[in-house]
Amino acid sequence: MATQQIFSPLPGIFYRKPAPDKPDYKSDGDAITENDTIGLIEVMKSFNEVKAGAAGKILRFLAENEEPVMAGQPIAEIDV
Amino acid sequence: MTIHKLLIANRGEIAVRIIRAARELGIATVQVYSKADKDSLAVRLADESIEIGPPQASKSYLNQATILAAARTTGADAIHPGYGFLAENAEFAAAVEAAGLVFVGPTAHSIRLMGDKVAARGAAAAAGVPTVPGSAGRLESADAAFALVETTGFPVMIKAAAGGGGRGIRIARSAEEFHHLMPQAQAEALAAFGDGGLYVEKLIEGARHIEVQILGDGRDVIHCFERECSLQRRRQKVWEEAPSPSLTPAVRDRLCSSAVALAKAVDYRGAGTLEYLYDDRSQEFYFLEMNTRIQVEHPVTEMVTGIDLVCEMIRIAGGEPLRIRQEQVRVRGHSIEVRINAEDPAKGFMPSPGTISALSVPAGEGVRFDSMLYQGYTVPPFYDSLLGKLIVHDKDRPSAIQRLERALAELSVEGLATTKPLHQALARDPDVMAARFHTAWLEPWLETHASSLGTAMPSPTAKVAQ
Repeated sequence: MATQQIFSPLPGIFYRKPAPDKPDYKSDGDAITENDTIGLIEVMKSFNEVKAGAAGKILRFLAENEEPVMAGQPIAEIDV
Repeated sequence: MTIHKLLIANRGEIAVRIIRAARELGIATVQVYSKADKDSLAVRLADESIEIGPPQASKSYLNQATILAAARTTGADAIHPGYGFLAENAEFAAAVEAAGLVFVGPTAHSIRLMGDKVAARGAAAAAGVPTVPGSAGRLESADAAFALVETTGFPVMIKAAAGGGGRGIRIARSAEEFHHLMPQAQAEALAAFGDGGLYVEKLIEGARHIEVQILGDGRDVIHCFERECSLQRRRQKVWEEAPSPSLTPAVRDRLCSSAVALAKAVDYRGAGTLEYLYDDRSQEFYFLEMNTRIQVEHPVTEMVTGIDLVCEMIRIAGGEPLRIRQEQVRVRGHSIEVRINAEDPAKGFMPSPGTISALSVPAGEGVRFDSMLYQGYTVPPFYDSLLGKLIVHDKDRPSAIQRLERALAELSVEGLATTKPLHQALARDPDVMAARFHTAWLEPWLETHASSLGTAMPSPTAKVAQ
């Protein structure tokens, strides 16, 4: 097992859930597969999914819901 | 009251536009900004600036309490909302006036009335302005719906009352189809939304989007003729012009008079726009809605009429009566505006925030560039993608299109992708040159032309030189 980070592919606002009234995509400790969506980045009013990119387990999120993020900023730590 | 210090509760190119107008009127300016907009052109140009919160619009440009506090702190006596954000928020307009400040726009009552679709439609009907034929409210039975479509004619759209964003819409082209589709639509609406209520509206196929600019002072209203904005992608206008190339003088006269009648009926104050669908085969127009603010595409009207709409709306807000009489408003030549967005038209209009590494702005006769750009500026990812608007004016439409091509070739924005290649392709398209388009024209065109929008085309002179 090794610890890896998931980076934001784009600059924008990070969301952990698909809509304000929906549950989070993933929580700390959840198992993930490569194609799982872990959040959304809103860039200029368009929404883009962030994929896990690797299978494993979410250790913790490094960016909070509705937090502004830069491209390349780590948003979660995973165990692969 | 006369305005001495104006706070701009907006950002981007429209904030720059408002600062310029205020300065020409001798009014001091205060620019509010989110943390992400600290380096914006508007902040650089304004006399004063004040931070109002984090990048997210919900916590800055939409935060009414913070904006009002900023006005108090800086001693501003008026607030201009621009477009978007709080521009059509009746509660905000009321709060501004309750705080003893001037809201540069209509009354909260006008905003509320025109923001309610059913009320606006009712006001239009009362003023004798045609609306899209259809049911005034929800229809509960198939019989009531059929009685109605016998008066509107076909095709009609059947819409779920509880639906939205195009969901649950069916199109019936004959009575037979209608009888077949209506029960289906009702059952589906009930299953999907728990509400079987339906609306029926005549479908105006191949309609153009034409809108009338008006100015009112609460008593008198004038129109500043129309704009045509039929080239749209996902309901966003991309190319706008004035005057409309598709109206006859008689229809133009009827259309503009109807807009004045409706604005007068609601004692409208400030700058406003009445949007219509126009069917050029039947020469019928139908009122859609009224926008109770300055619009993105206002410059094309300014270019052909010579009226500074932003200055006029500030003067009216300051208590001056209308300074222009209807017979003084004349259209001279033709103007076109294209929206330069930070989007890549070759990649499905993917947003393209980034840093402007180099910038050349077109100039010369009949060219205007309203933008928020400067070299070295970093376009933040948090707001809409509009970087600026390239506006041209010339003696007629063919010359204006040629001038647009010339100006686009001079425009160079490096460091991010823009919609410039789209406009270059449109300016050379035979249908665009002949004004053969309608609101559903651009999207299918984009599907067949996507591959040609990758790189900016060489300018005509560059071709000659090769």
